[in-house]
Amino acid sequence: MLKIYLNTAELIPDGVAKALKNFLYLPFFRSFTPYSESGSDVFKRLPDFFSKPRIRGGVHAEQHKAATATQAIVTNFPLPKKLYIPLQQHVGKPAEPLIKVGDKVLKGQLLAYSQGMISAPVHAPTSGIIVDVNDYPAPHPSALPIRMIVLETDGKDKWLATKPVADPFLLTAEDISLRVGAAGIVGLGGATFPTAVKLNMGRENQIDTLIINGAECEPYLSCDDRLMQERAEQIIDGVRLMLHGMEAESAVVAIEDNKPQAYLAMQKAAEPYPLIKVIQIPTRYPMGWDRQLIRYVTGKEVPVGCRSSEIGVTIHNVGTAHAVHKAIRYGQPLVSRVVTVSGGAVARPMNVEVPLGTLLSELFDFCQVNPEQTARIIMGGPMMGDSLPHTGLPTVKATSGILALTLGELKNTDEQPCIRCASCISVCPAGLRPLDMANNIRINQLDIAVDLGLKDCISCGCCSYICPSNIPLVQYFKYASGEVAARQQAQHKSGQTKRLIDDRNLRMERIARQQHEEELARIAAKAERERLKAAQEATT
Amino acid sequence: MYVLSAIISLTLLGLVLGFLLGIAAKYLKVESSPIVDELESLLPGSQCGQCGFPGCRPAAEALVAGKAASTICPPGGSALAEQIAALLGLELDLSAVKEPELLVARVSEATCTGCTRCFKVCPTDAIVGAPKQIHVVVADACIGCKKCIEVCPTECLQMHPIDVTLRNWRWTKPALPVASNAVC
Ligand code: SF4
Ligand code: SF4
Ligand code: SF4
Ligand code: SF4
Repeated sequence: MLKIYLNTAELIPDGVAKALKNFLYLPFFRSFTPYSESGSDVFKRLPDFFSKPRIRGGVHAEQHKAATATQAIVTNFPLPKKLYIPLQQHVGKPAEPLIKVGDKVLKGQLLAYSQGMISAPVHAPTSGIIVDVNDYPAPHPSALPIRMIVLETDGKDKWLATKPVADPFLLTAEDISLRVGAAGIVGLGGATFPTAVKLNMGRENQIDTLIINGAECEPYLSCDDRLMQERAEQIIDGVRLMLHGMEAESAVVAIEDNKPQAYLAMQKAAEPYPLIKVIQIPTRYPMGWDRQLIRYVTGKEVPVGCRSSEIGVTIHNVGTAHAVHKAIRYGQPLVSRVVTVSGGAVARPMNVEVPLGTLLSELFDFCQVNPEQTARIIMGGPMMGDSLPHTGLPTVKATSGILALTLGELKNTDEQPCIRCASCISVCPAGLRPLDMANNIRINQLDIAVDLGLKDCISCGCCSYICPSNIPLVQYFKYASGEVAARQQAQHKSGQTKRLIDDRNLRMERIARQQHEEELARIAAKAERERLKAAQEATT
Repeated sequence: MYVLSAIISLTLLGLVLGFLLGIAAKYLKVESSPIVDELESLLPGSQCGQCGFPGCRPAAEALVAGKAASTICPPGGSALAEQIAALLGLELDLSAVKEPELLVARVSEATCTGCTRCFKVCPTDAIVGAPKQIHVVVADACIGCKKCIEVCPTECLQMHPIDVTLRNWRWTKPALPVASNAVC
C-alpha cells in the first residue's frame, strides 16, 4: 500500500499526501483495489473509497522479516538421531500405522495409511529403523501426548525407489488427486486440510478461480517468501498441476507487496502461462485469511457456514503447490518442509529445510537459540501461532515457523480498564464487536457471546494486538469457543445417557415380564401335571 | 343377626366411601404439570440425589415451586443451570455454580473377581464383562453415579478424574486483572 502513496507523493505536495493517507486510513474509507505496476492516481480511486471495502479490518503489524527473508534456505540441516513423527498432522482422522517396531524403512516409505474420507498418510522422512510407536508430547500448547512413530535415523538418507512421471498432464484429474492424497500432502499454510480432498471438492464444484496464497501476512515468517524467490518454477508447475487436478482454468497468485523479489520471481516463472496471474496485494495482517483474500481478489464474499468452493473459488498455499510439484513430477511424498526459525533469542535466524519429526531442541541447537533469553516459544506466527511449553516437541507438516521470542518482544500484559476506543471493532476482519463479546464471556454469558458472533471469530488476534488497554481479548474468545464446544459435548452426552438409561429400563422391564411369564407358565405346567396325576390316580 | 348387620353396614360404608373416592379421583385429579415434565427431561435422570431431593422429578417439582435455585443440580453444571434458568425465566447467578469435577469409575484389573455385581447396578450399562471375567468401564458412557463403587466386594472400582486428552483439552479463562475495577 505504501507504494501507492509513494507514487501519489510525486503528484501532490507532501503534506497533502500525508493528510490524504491518514484520511484514507479512517475506517469508513478503508478500501483498496489491487495494486497495479503502472501506479495510479489516487483521485481516480476516490469513488472506490465509498464503495464496499475490499479489505475489512486488519492491522499493520511490525514485520520482523528482514533477518530471515534475505538469506537463502538452508538445506544442510544435520540429520537428527531420532525423529518423532505424529500420526495426526492434519485435520481429520489420524493415520493408522502399518509398520512394526524394529522395521527398517527407507526415506519416503509409507509408515501409516490414511483412514477414512478426510485423513492423510504419513511417510518416513529419512531411512532408518522404527524404534517405537507410542504416546509422546504433541506440538500443542498443552503438550499432551499423542501417538507418534519414533524413527532412529541411519544417516544414509536413502530414498525408496520413486517413479517420476514423464508428462503428468497426460494423467487424469482423478489420478492427480489420488497421487496428491497418497503423498500425504496437506495445506502447508497451517490449516493442514488434506489437499486431495480439496482438489476433489474443487472438481465437483467446478471452480473457476484457484487462488494461490503467497500472502504470508504473519510477522517473522518468511518461508513462503524464500520458497517463491528460490523455487518459483516448481511452484508454478505445482499450480498448473493443481489446475489440472481440479479441471480449472485460471489461477491467481497473490503476494503481499512487502515481498517484491518473490513477486518478480513468480511473475517471471508464470510468464509463459497467461492463465496464471501473479498479483501484489497490500501488506496487512490477516491478508492471508482465506475469506479476506477471496474478498480482495474476486470481490466475492464467502457466506457464513459455506466453503469457499461453493462460490467457485478455492485457495491453496504456495508451499502446498511446491509439495504437489514434488509429489507428481518425482513421486516424492511430503517428508520435509521449510521452517522459519526466528525471534530475538535466535543468534542465527534462518529458513531451514528440516525432515518432519525433527525436535525443536535440535532446531534450536542448530540456530543457536539462547535459552536464557527465550521468554516464549511459538510454533507458527506470533499472531495465531501456539505457544509451546518446552522444546521436546516435533516439527510437523503445519510448522511454518518456530519463534523464540524475548521478553521485550512480547506484548505488555499489564491489563487496564477498557476505554471504549472501539479500535478492536475497527480492526476485526470478521466484523465482530470484540469488546462486547469479551464482556459477556467474562460474566459467563456465553449464549450472548455466541449471538454476537463468537463462532465467526477466527482467533486472528488483531483485537488483542490493537487494544491499548492490553485486554487479552482473543484469549477470551479461545476460552469461550472451547467452553461452548464442551457444553455441546456435555449436552450430547446427557442425551446419550438418557438413551442408555431408557434402554436399560426397557430391557429390565422386558426381562421382568419374561420371568413373570415363565413363572406363570411353570405354575400352569405344575397344575397341569398335578391334574393329570390326580386323573391317573382316579382312574387306577 | 349382629354379625349380619355389621357385615352389611361395613359393606355399605365401603361402597359409599369407594364411590366418593372414585368421584374425587375423577374430578379432583391433579394434572402432571407439563413444565415439571419438561424440566425433568432436562435433568440428567440418573436419580443420584446430589441435589438433596430423592430424585430428578422431585427436584424438578421443587424448581417449579420456586423452592430450589436453578443451580441445584451439581452434575449438570452451569450448562444445565443456564437451560433451567432460560426455561423458568429466572435470573441466573453463575458465580455460585461450581463446574462439576467429572469423575468416572475404573476397574483395577488386579483385584476384580468377575462377580458381575457392578455390571448389574450400572444405570447406563457402562460396565461390560461376563461372570468370572475382569470387568471394564466404558468411560464415555459412565456418568459417575458411584453405584458400582458401593456394590463391589473387593473395592477394585474407584473413581478417577477423566483423562485430559487433546480431544477435551480447553483453553482456560483469562484471569481478571488484580485491580478488579478493570471491567469494561
Ligand atoms: S480496543 Fe480494548 S480498550 Fe478499546 S474498546 Fe476494544 S477492548 Fe476496549
Ligand atoms: S480474534 Fe476474533 S474478534 Fe478479535 S479481531 Fe480476530 S476475528 Fe475479530
Ligand atoms: S459410576 Fe459405576 S454404576 Fe455409575 S455410571 Fe459409572 S460405571 Fe456405571
Ligand atoms: S463388582 Fe468389583 S469385583 Fe465384581 S465384577 Fe465389578 S469390578 Fe469386578
